[in-house]
Amino acid sequence: MILPGNAACHGCPISLAFRAVEEIENPVLVIPAGCSTVIAGMHPNHALRCPVVHVPFASTTAVACGLSESYRRRGIRGNVVAWMGDGAADIGFSTLSASAARNDDIMVVVVDNEAYMNTGTQSSLSTPAGAYTTTTPAGKDTGRRDLALLMLMHHAPYVATASVGYIRDLRRKFRRASGIEGFRFIHVHSPCPPGWRFDSSLTVDVARMAVESLAWVLWEYDGVLRISDISRRSSVSRRSLREYLLVQGRFSGVDDAMIERLEREVLENWKLLQSLETVLR
Amino acid sequence: MQQSVRDRGNKDGEGEVKLLTGNYAVAEAVKIAKPEIIAAYPITPQTPVVEKLSEMIERGELNAKMINVESEHSAMAVVFGAIAGGSRAFTATSSHGLAYMYEMCWWVAGSRLPLVMAVPTRSIGAPWNIHADHSDVMLLRDAGWIIAMAENAQEAFDLTLQGFMVSEEVNIPYAIGYDAFQVSHAVEPVVVRDVEIPERRQAYSVTPDTVIGLNAVTTTARHYARKDLMVDLENSRKVIERVGREYPEEYGFYEEYRTDGADYVVVLTGAWAGDAKEAVDQLRSEGVRVGLVKLRYIRPFPYEDLRKMDGEFMVIDRASSGNRGILGIEVSSVRDVAANVIAGLGGIELTQDDFYGLIKRFAEGRLSGVVWYP
Ligand code: SF4
Repeated sequence: MILPGNAACHGCPISLAFRAVEEIENPVLVIPAGCSTVIAGMHPNHALRCPVVHVPFASTTAVACGLSESYRRRGIRGNVVAWMGDGAADIGFSTLSASAARNDDIMVVVVDNEAYMNTGTQSSLSTPAGAYTTTTPAGKDTGRRDLALLMLMHHAPYVATASVGYIRDLRRKFRRASGIEGFRFIHVHSPCPPGWRFDSSLTVDVARMAVESLAWVLWEYDGVLRISDISRRSSVSRRSLREYLLVQGRFSGVDDAMIERLEREVLENWKLLQSLETVLR
Repeated sequence: MQQSVRDRGNKDGEGEVKLLTGNYAVAEAVKIAKPEIIAAYPITPQTPVVEKLSEMIERGELNAKMINVESEHSAMAVVFGAIAGGSRAFTATSSHGLAYMYEMCWWVAGSRLPLVMAVPTRSIGAPWNIHADHSDVMLLRDAGWIIAMAENAQEAFDLTLQGFMVSEEVNIPYAIGYDAFQVSHAVEPVVVRDVEIPERRQAYSVTPDTVIGLNAVTTTARHYARKDLMVDLENSRKVIERVGREYPEEYGFYEEYRTDGADYVVVLTGAWAGDAKEAVDQLRSEGVRVGLVKLRYIRPFPYEDLRKMDGEFMVIDRASSGNRGILGIEVSSVRDVAANVIAGLGGIELTQDDFYGLIKRFAEGRLSGVVWYP
């Protein structure tokens, strides 16, 4: 789906996720500004094997809604995919929320690298506490907003989290979402080597460490919420959160108190998901 | 009641006379154009347009999908997606709504996608004011849209219909402005034309089988796309004039009223033209050689025509910028404007007497430069 020679950084998580778009039937991508815009290439070049409509930030899911409704009226089969980073999900949150509430027939993929990377690593609502960004030079003091759970609360037909560290799981979720009608949301954890400050050969390892330490939990909701086996196994033989954090340069300034706080947040989140699993079944 | 407006040997101009507000007249025109997708967010004084269209859809008179969005930014984004997919679409807004969708207005124009939008014109805060002036529609001047201005409900109806035809021929979006309340909410007899709009036309559409990266990052291509847009916008005047001639009123690009041999020429746009024309009549009967130019379009702008006209120019504006009115700036880019009146922002009404007084003072040399009135 993505051509070699594209403009992604070495080890870019988003280019991994782009490859999985081939699981989606008749995709048409709607992409706001961000790393994905750059990866898709500069006119007249085009690094993706499917049509792309580039749009301004806050418009993304609304444009996707218009396209999808146009196809429905014209009898055209297509999966309109609003493909955005956490930056567009921040600035376009009311648009995103309205799309979910209207149950627009679109797929939304948020490739979340936990900061505004395309403008040089500024903090976003996805940036975890403690992380260094250029706008939180002392480490962010507030926590991360959980976008996927917020989408779940919109009663969308399909909501899932995924990770570029588990591509088979990610591909399966894209395939699954591709076949469902209505609003589908997939939140893809995307560790970014330059933004998170780790070696570009380690993207998949860092992504897996996030899942193994429960910093990122894989789950899927289609009326029933299921924590995936990968995460369930991680909870049994859990990897240390400290190890996951300290492999990244962006956390190099955190003290023990911050690590404890993050540990607490991770466990609360895990408990919350477990209780949701018992309720939403 | 079927009634012939003018015998032109064809059906153009025939239709039913209905009592309609400007907003409802626009809704009737949109119904004739049969858009497939409509998206809007409510704002006074635009709301009745989309309420009426929703009713039409509900009653099965119009086969369209109404998408209720959470903001005007999204309204313009939804119709952007709809027209990119190849569907005819419509939206309407006013004031803050237009300001909020402004970013998307550039994207629709820059993508060369045809669209019609109604703009019952209203002031922009602060302070809050829901009443008429032209501050909102003038925002579109730089975005690459065709901007039409209606004097009354009939013009709002006709220009909306013409908008679909013009826009889809030149692949440039088209906005119809009409003054808040004076036109949007005032009831007038309107001939609802018995006409058909041609099938949707546009230069391209994005579908799953197209290989397209629409609006990818560029450097020079953006420059030339913008240049092409501006050249085509300028040339759209020919299409506007051709389509306008099809209507019984033979809508010209602008209207000259008693400008023959005029020593003084008043330039303005919108609902006030009627009152101003009556003031012109009165002054003419008193021997003052005054005429009026009503601008029916703000983009493209008739710079050359205005430059060539005789007489001393007085421009009456309903929108301001810097130390002048916006029309004052436009006209003064090609000729001297002896007086630029910025009148009645935020719904202050000017009567025939006000226009009479202003024009008379101007003709007597007692009014010049930039004048705020009242
Ligand atoms: S900054 Fe990160 S997300 Fe963006 S292109 Fe580079 S590696 Fe990919």
